[in-house]
Amino acid sequence: MVLAADTLRLDANWVDYILIALYFVFVLGIGILARRSVSSSIDFFLSGRALPAWVTGLAFISANLGAVEIMGMSANGAQFGIPTVHYFWVGAVPAMLFLGVVMMPFYYGSKVRSVPEFMQKRFGTGAHLVNALSFALAQLLIAGINLYLLATIVNTLLGWNLYLSLVVAALIVLSYITLGGLSAAIYNEVLQFFIIVAALLPLTLVGLNRVGGYSGLEDKINDAAQLNSWPGTNLTGITSPFWSVVGIVFGLGFVLSFGYWTTNFVEVQRAMASQSMSAARRAPIIGSFPKMFIPFLVIFPGMIAAVLTSEVAKAKQSGDPSFDYNDSLLYLIRDLLPNGMLGIAIAGLLASFMAGMAANISAFNTVLSYDLWQDYIVKDREDGYYLRVGRIATVAATVIAIGTALIASNYTNIMNYLQTLFGFFNAPLFATFILGMFWKRMTPTAGWVGLVSGTLAAVVVGVLSEDALGGMSVGAIGLKGQGASFVAAGAAFVVDILVSVVVSQATRPKPDGELRGLVYSLTPKEDFHDRSEGQLAWWQRPTRLAAVSGVLVIALNIIFW
Amino acid sequence: MTEHNEQTHKAGAFDIRTFIGALMGIYGVILLLVGLFSSDGRTINLVTGICLAAASAFFILWARLRPVRVPDHLDAADMERPPGH
Repeated sequence: MVLAADTLRLDANWVDYILIALYFVFVLGIGILARRSVSSSIDFFLSGRALPAWVTGLAFISANLGAVEIMGMSANGAQFGIPTVHYFWVGAVPAMLFLGVVMMPFYYGSKVRSVPEFMQKRFGTGAHLVNALSFALAQLLIAGINLYLLATIVNTLLGWNLYLSLVVAALIVLSYITLGGLSAAIYNEVLQFFIIVAALLPLTLVGLNRVGGYSGLEDKINDAAQLNSWPGTNLTGITSPFWSVVGIVFGLGFVLSFGYWTTNFVEVQRAMASQSMSAARRAPIIGSFPKMFIPFLVIFPGMIAAVLTSEVAKAKQSGDPSFDYNDSLLYLIRDLLPNGMLGIAIAGLLASFMAGMAANISAFNTVLSYDLWQDYIVKDREDGYYLRVGRIATVAATVIAIGTALIASNYTNIMNYLQTLFGFFNAPLFATFILGMFWKRMTPTAGWVGLVSGTLAAVVVGVLSEDALGGMSVGAIGLKGQGASFVAAGAAFVVDILVSVVVSQATRPKPDGELRGLVYSLTPKEDFHDRSEGQLAWWQRPTRLAAVSGVLVIALNIIFW
Repeated sequence: MTEHNEQTHKAGAFDIRTFIGALMGIYGVILLLVGLFSSDGRTINLVTGICLAAASAFFILWARLRPVRVPDHLDAADMERPPGH
């Protein structure tokens, strides 16, 4: 019995298994139906292109609602409390609004098929290769982490051997992707969103009820730093409140989140699939509305777990460094949910991890087939050839993800550091994009040199910090934890901008004629708007909708100040 | 939204709202049954079951009342563009 208490098991019974199995029937059903409709009926294609904006908007945030987000953010909630909301209200939401209002016109208007392809058109080969390669590698890594967490759930749930769980989980995801393909992925992401809400909303409400409402939770946590979003010194690990706020606003908000949400192809791909310019711009803006309420479904359960479940509470009080806060949500589910609800909760978690991995792999496929294979390895073949490349890449990516997941299962820390490292690639991207979009003088050489030196600057900060890169960090500057990542990102941004400006002075820019649709000052204003936009209702106009979302998110920031 | 002045027909069987409604409906009924026959966590299962059933009704009604309309006159060029890219 002593052993049993140490291992986390969810006591699922046959009702729970039926609920989980039903979810898989629906996922595969959507895949099969999508596939059949594509070949036999034009209706599917057309209803695909007539996708209402709420569908693309939900798919936009669902693609990101994977294991890293749900387990990671509830872990942050358990460990740091309310300051975790900055990832959403300072980070994601403003970045999504910026994408919809400012950047989407360039992506959609230039008719590129992927984010790296925009790099190719604006800056040429160097920047394109850097972006495409680092993106493809990062997707394989994150797919592996999603797979590892998926297998952990299967392991926890069924008590299966972890390796067996890994392979089975990978096979399920593979069949899901090959059956469903990219078009069905969007439908599945929408279904997944509602299942996750159906799983996490009752969990949060039951948990809040058990601790005596939000005021009861406040009493039990009883720590001002955990209950107020600012200055968030516990989250950043920066002792000075002033610099902590700067780190959050500039590092986490402006650089990391803007870099992630506006240049990450996994998300941008969803919006690019829209039927018109205004629909494409609306997708991230509509997504921002549910996104700003997700903290209540992931951070709150984490905070509740830290007071209600004995394991998490004990680890938090003793400051046990070896405790894995990623399990907080699972502990809470184990303690609070009866059979029945338990099945829905497990289905929701499995849904999220599978969809997360599927999104990584399908974005990887597109970039590998179009941006790497077609541009650099085998050019000018028929479309069917690249489709086959994409299929083979799917299988290969799944196999590689199993490998990454195996490494993750043995060396959890290394994976964290690798993820931090790939985060460093993301940070300067935003600087290069935004400078390239608004400054026509920026040259192709500046494009790739800026990216590389920005990344290097982030790595240097990581190495100088106390623990951002584990054993590779030397501790020359007193920064640790998330604060080190924020500062690294900020350094990457500043260095990227400076180097790009300097290099641009010494090298030759592209001729103006090649930059229409890619640079603001060289693109006629009507390229950025639909002709019919004037007839749309206010809630169909991107900028007005973004203003409403902006006001709401500011209100949330103030309420939890 | 803008298609009202064009000739349209309902899209085929595939409407994601029907799928969401169906899965939530089945989940709701199962939770209600579990809540009725098992005393373990009865309130949680019953209340969630009722909410899921209501959400299911909402999605199915929504899909019925505002079906996806597809213009009749699409030409081949429109159809060759895959939805995903």
